Amino acid sequence: MAERTTREFMLGEGSGTGSGSQALHVGVGPAHPAMHGIIRIAAELDGEIITRADVEIGYLHRAFEKECEVGGWNNAIPYTDRLNYVSPLINNFGYAHAVEKLLGIEVTERCRYIRTIMAEISRVCDHLTCVGASAMELGAFTVFLYMIKAREYLWELVEAVTGARLTISYGRVGGVKADLPAGFAEMARPAFKETREVLDEVHRLLTGNRIFMDRMVGVGALSREETIAYAITGPMLRAAGVGYDVRRAQPHWAYDRVEWEVPTRTDGDNYARYLVRMAEMEQSMRIAEQALEALPGGPINVDFEGRPIDPASYVDQGKQGKTGGLLLLPITLSPNLEGQGRAAQARVNAHDKRVVLPPKETTYGSIEGLMNHFMLIMEGYGIRPPQGEAYFATEGANGELGFYVVSDGGDRPYRVRCRPPCLPPLAALHRMIEGEMVADLVPTFGSVNMIGGELDR
Amino acid sequence: MDGALILDHLRAAFGAALVEAHDFRGDHTAVVARDAIAGVLRHCRDEAALGFDVLMDLTAVDYLVYPGREGGSRFEVVYHLYSIAHNHRLRVKVRVPEEDAVVPTVMTVWPIADWMEREVWDMFGIRFAGHPDLRRLLLYEEFVGHPLRKDYPINRRQPLIGPRI
Repeated sequence: MAERTTREFMLGEGSGTGSGSQALHVGVGPAHPAMHGIIRIAAELDGEIITRADVEIGYLHRAFEKECEVGGWNNAIPYTDRLNYVSPLINNFGYAHAVEKLLGIEVTERCRYIRTIMAEISRVCDHLTCVGASAMELGAFTVFLYMIKAREYLWELVEAVTGARLTISYGRVGGVKADLPAGFAEMARPAFKETREVLDEVHRLLTGNRIFMDRMVGVGALSREETIAYAITGPMLRAAGVGYDVRRAQPHWAYDRVEWEVPTRTDGDNYARYLVRMAEMEQSMRIAEQALEALPGGPINVDFEGRPIDPASYVDQGKQGKTGGLLLLPITLSPNLEGQGRAAQARVNAHDKRVVLPPKETTYGSIEGLMNHFMLIMEGYGIRPPQGEAYFATEGANGELGFYVVSDGGDRPYRVRCRPPCLPPLAALHRMIEGEMVADLVPTFGSVNMIGGELDR
Repeated sequence: MDGALILDHLRAAFGAALVEAHDFRGDHTAVVARDAIAGVLRHCRDEAALGFDVLMDLTAVDYLVYPGREGGSRFEVVYHLYSIAHNHRLRVKVRVPEEDAVVPTVMTVWPIADWMEREVWDMFGIRFAGHPDLRRLLLYEEFVGHPLRKDYPINRRQPLIGPRI
């Protein structure tokens, strides 16, 4: 029996023949500390160089598109929260707008502005998370803490408006859940100021930092042509020199009424993506500030002098037939209905009884309101778009976020398709990492900003 | 280019291969015969006046229980095209019968079609002829059936397979 060499013992029969080096197979993920989400990269290495990579996704698949077909049109809103869970408001509004397009209705002016403001705040949160996390993986932990601090200020704004930080479910078909809280503009101003200070600090820490640039410049680059061929949109496309932004190309909501720029770079590498994201945060805050300034509607005018009464006695009065002037009385709303009073409701929701729930005062105080409410809630009734299909795209934090909805005329979506902005970059990830070092996989994967929720749906 | 002009252009270039053309809520749609789909999409990309350089989305719809579609082709594969230079969009659809659910691949036109076609195979069981690596994208190989088909019950249980070594 031939004596086995150590090499054969470690690597198996026939490997100790000295026939040259072997390719090493390394599975990165699905649960790896440097992975923002769960995906698996089966990499083939020659020394430290990745020669071939196969990306496997689907670990967070939860049948979003199938689940949407089960409930009513508005029931899909909470599922859209969980698509891109770092900027859920954009998903909410994108889906709601797609259904509105199918219905052929227009939302109110104030609602357009609210959607613009909240979408931009979400975008800043998303970019902060992306840049912060990828900087942390390169050792810049301070930057991560600073950016999470800034995100905290913005999430407090989101919390004040929606009542939640992540599972916000704030969009509605035909409008939004509630009006902005009183004094929102005053709350937003210091939050933006803090965020700008953080961005300034991060610029001083990272932009031009030798270690950071060594890891980012020229790494993970993708040419302009290939970026387009892979249908990559958003910051990664703009970093490759194409100024395509859905907000500019097909303006919706209030994007055509504010002044802003589309930042672009030409290198298409990780550093360019970082710079584009940093510049976009400033632009997003610019948009949000201008929209807050121009927010139509003004403060809510209460046309009744007396005290609001509680819903139970309101209903009692109605039952006793004391309906004279009842519909003018304000009622005390529970805290989770804040911003949904009659006046607020009319300002942020489309005036279409086939789509939007009536205000609580009307539901409690009149039979017509009650019937209207039930007709929208009962199974088999609800919102019923005409037969047909519509595609609506908005600019998500990672690129074009499209919703393709098909209706068979019923109260449930026949088909909801989400075009996930981070699927194309993941499909092209192997082109970005092949031929580069294993260590470069980490910043490249960070710059892709993969979000499992929308990638795997 | 205006959506109606795009449809006119396609009608002139492909004649009978353009089965149907309509617009609804401002979205222009061309339904194309299955044999011609790869040629039409390549033309859409290469013709300078159209310039559809981005395949924004590729998906499918199962029309099994759609009112008014009884007896027709069961599936439709839907391509959403976008042109960066001209800033216009087009939806191209191809009808696919259940018994012969195969569509030619467009991987050679747009590399992104690789993953998108794998997803459609995974979810709808529509094959793409010429695709070199048509594996499931989101689900695992042991999964039985194609969940976005309308006859797949949402509460069906699948076998647990345990960790792969």
